[in-house]
Order: sequence, then structure tokens, then C-alpha cells
Amino acid sequence: MKAAIFEYARADSIAQACSLLAEHGADAKLLAGGQSLVPMMAMRLARPAWLINVNEIAELKGSRRDGAVWVTGAGLRQVDVERDGELARAVPLIRQGLYWVGHVQTKNRGTLGGSLVHADPSAELPLVARTLGASFLLRRSGGERTVPADEFFQAPMMTATEPDECLVEVHWPVWRGERVGSAFDELSIRHGDFAIVAACAQVEIDTAGRCVRAALGIGGAAAVPVAAEAIARSLHGTQLEDATIDAAVESIGQCLEPGSDVHATAEYRIHLARVLAARVLRQARTNATGLARDTRA
Amino acid sequence: MNEPISSVCITVNGVEHRCEVPTRLSLVDFLRETVRLTGTHVGCEHGICGACSVILDGDPVRSCLMFAVQADGHSITTVEGLANADGSMSVLQDSFCETHGLQCGYCTPGMLVATHSLLKTNPNPTAGEIRDAISGNLCRCTGYQQIVEAVQLAARRVAAGNGNR
Repeated sequence: MKAAIFEYARADSIAQACSLLAEHGADAKLLAGGQSLVPMMAMRLARPAWLINVNEIAELKGSRRDGAVWVTGAGLRQVDVERDGELARAVPLIRQGLYWVGHVQTKNRGTLGGSLVHADPSAELPLVARTLGASFLLRRSGGERTVPADEFFQAPMMTATEPDECLVEVHWPVWRGERVGSAFDELSIRHGDFAIVAACAQVEIDTAGRCVRAALGIGGAAAVPVAAEAIARSLHGTQLEDATIDAAVESIGQCLEPGSDVHATAEYRIHLARVLAARVLRQARTNATGLARDTRA
Repeated sequence: MNEPISSVCITVNGVEHRCEVPTRLSLVDFLRETVRLTGTHVGCEHGICGACSVILDGDPVRSCLMFAVQADGHSITTVEGLANADGSMSVLQDSFCETHGLQCGYCTPGMLVATHSLLKTNPNPTAGEIRDAISGNLCRCTGYQQIVEAVQLAARRVAAGNGNR
């Protein structure tokens, strides 16, 4: 299995990548970590005429707190994101999701932005981004725009990114509360495989143990990752007791459109979504109760 | 359309290689067919089996998921580069022989690269950490148990000042 022929350019700045995209447009693909694109090229499922290597662009590799959000560069390696202790304290779901992603060798190459733009409906990082309501800074020659996660993920392997746009930054909301907890869980055949269904949640509780804010997301059970916003809202003001959580997630199938394949039927995926949603909400509650977070970072 | 060609300068096991290669040449094919280091094995060619693992700038990666042109200006260590300077086997390699950590040997270069990298950052790994480090490498002979034992043996030998089995 060898890739079809392609022309190649190495971009050393975002501006240069954008100008190459402006020139070659839909015939070109940005090559970041290549952990999804290169296998697709090897199998000739992807045959870009041009590959633009963005691995050497230093300005795509920043990671910093900026007010109410944490800003990560799209070109950060997954392994560097996972090891970033300050980011893990500010947005713990990212590290919790990355735990399930691939293997050491793929995380050493794979990038944060590459996984998000690839937009596999069962992938972990898109699920975390959708659940938390991250936003995406897209740049093209002569302009840039910010797209929220609910508009960014449009279909399996399809995002709002236009052929002449480069994902530059991802902005992750930081929940500032003292008692914030989150959790990620999934079922896959083996660790590192695509998730059959994945779920993640983040909750904030007050000193009386009442839930003041909640977010819940499901991956692998629709064309795009789904934020179960109505269920999350229904938990506000509750004590997040097991029975409350179980009752809240009972109707989760209503916001999902799972398919059936050799691994699982649609019905089983809905069952899994319900089980995993309850599990991550309980774990998030426990984490919120147990941790008095250092929010100064 | 003519085959596009790119110039690369890649350091492999400390030796610099400057050459022109087809732009679509994968890094593993570059190592095996251009540099003629055939220790790195080609397995699935789409990032599943881990047999092609090499060390890029200090970190293990799959060389079938990179084009040689992406390694331009970077340093690669292959399984050949893990041996001692005099060509004898490293403690880790010798421990694989000792515990029967290989049978057909196809996965072995990838296993060695993965576990060499593990021991560099974690000289005394638990069995669970070893299994995690080789979770991206498939072996169809050993059942993995002897590979885990090989890494544990190597860790003990290095901790004990090496040498003796």
C-alpha cells in the first residue's frame, strides 16, 4: 500500500500555509501529525494533489490561559497536550479524553487540531470540544473567523473548515468554580481502538452539594458528537443522587441517531450511551466533591 | 504526471543521509530501501501493527505514517541503533533472547523501540506500564507475556549495574 503521487510544500508560518491553501484550495490537504490522513492515503481513500506540511510551524504550538478560556494551538502534539499539567487543572476533560486515544507512538505524532479537523464521529477530542462548547479559530489569507463547536462538526469527517482555511487555535471554556469535576469513559474492543460509544461529563456543585452547572456529551452514536444539553440542564439544582442521574439519562436516545454495524446495533449503542452517561456523571460528581480545585492557575 | 522528487537530509543512527527521494516515499521504505537498514519491519503499512516503530527526535513513532520528506532535518534511531557501540546486543535486546520474548521476530524491532523508549523515561516500570507501552504493537507468537518479562528482566539488570544474567 503506497500513497498516490502528490506535490509537497513545507509551510514555516501560518501565513505561508494559508497562502498555499489559497493557491491550491480543494486540491490540497494540510498534513499535521498524519495519523489519520496518511493511512487514508495509503489505502487511496484520500488522494490530495498537494500536501502542505504544517508540522514545523512554531506559532501553532502555544498553550495559554486567556481569561475565561484556555487557548491551545492546533499543532500541539497529543502527547504534549496530555502532559500539560496546567491545562489538565484548567480543563481536565482534555487529558481524561486523551487517555483513550491511540497509543504512545500515535500520540507522539498526532496533533490536537488534526484529530478535531478529521472529525471522526467516535473520536475523543471532538467529543470533549462539543461537550464543553469549545470554539475554533480558522484563518485564511486575509481573514479569520471563530466557529463554535455546535457548528464546527457537520457530518462524519466533515467540519465547517473551508478548503482555504487552516485551524489555528482551539478555545476551551474554563469552569472557574471551586467544586468542578469531570469524567470520560468509553467502550471499545481494545484500548486505543475507535470507541463504540464514548461519554463525558463535567459538573459543578455548590457548598450544599447542589449541581449548579452540568455538561454531558455522547460520541459514536450519531453523525457528529452530541451534547445532551436538555439532560444536563435537568440536573441543575439537584443533588446529583444516583437515582436522579439514572432518571435523567433514561431518555438519552432521543438526542442520538446511532447506526448499526458489525460491532454493535443501534439499540445497543443507545443502551451503552445510557450506561456510560450515568457512569461519567457519577464520576464527575465524585471528582467535584473530592477536589477543592486550585483555580489560581 | 511525473513522480515528484524531494531533497532530504535525515540523520539515521548518527549518520547523515542527503539524497533525493520520491516525495511519496514513506519513512519506513526510506530506511529499508534507501538507507538499506532492514531491521525496521514493514507490517500493515497503515499504522496498526507497530512493527515499523522508530525513534524520531527521541520519541517512538510509526515510520509507515510519515513520509521521508517529513523527516527532513530530523534524527531517527532504528533498532540497529539500539545495539551497543561494538555491535553486541543491548541489555534489553539480550533480555528478549533470555526470556524468549520473540518467536518469528517480525514484531521485535517495534517491540524493542517501544520498550527502549519506555525504559528511558521509566527505568522501573510495572507490568501494567509495560503492557501500556506495547499496546500499539501487535505480536502473534508470544502472547506478550515473555515480552513483559523481557522488559522486567532488563530493568532489573540495569538497576543491578547490568551485565550478569
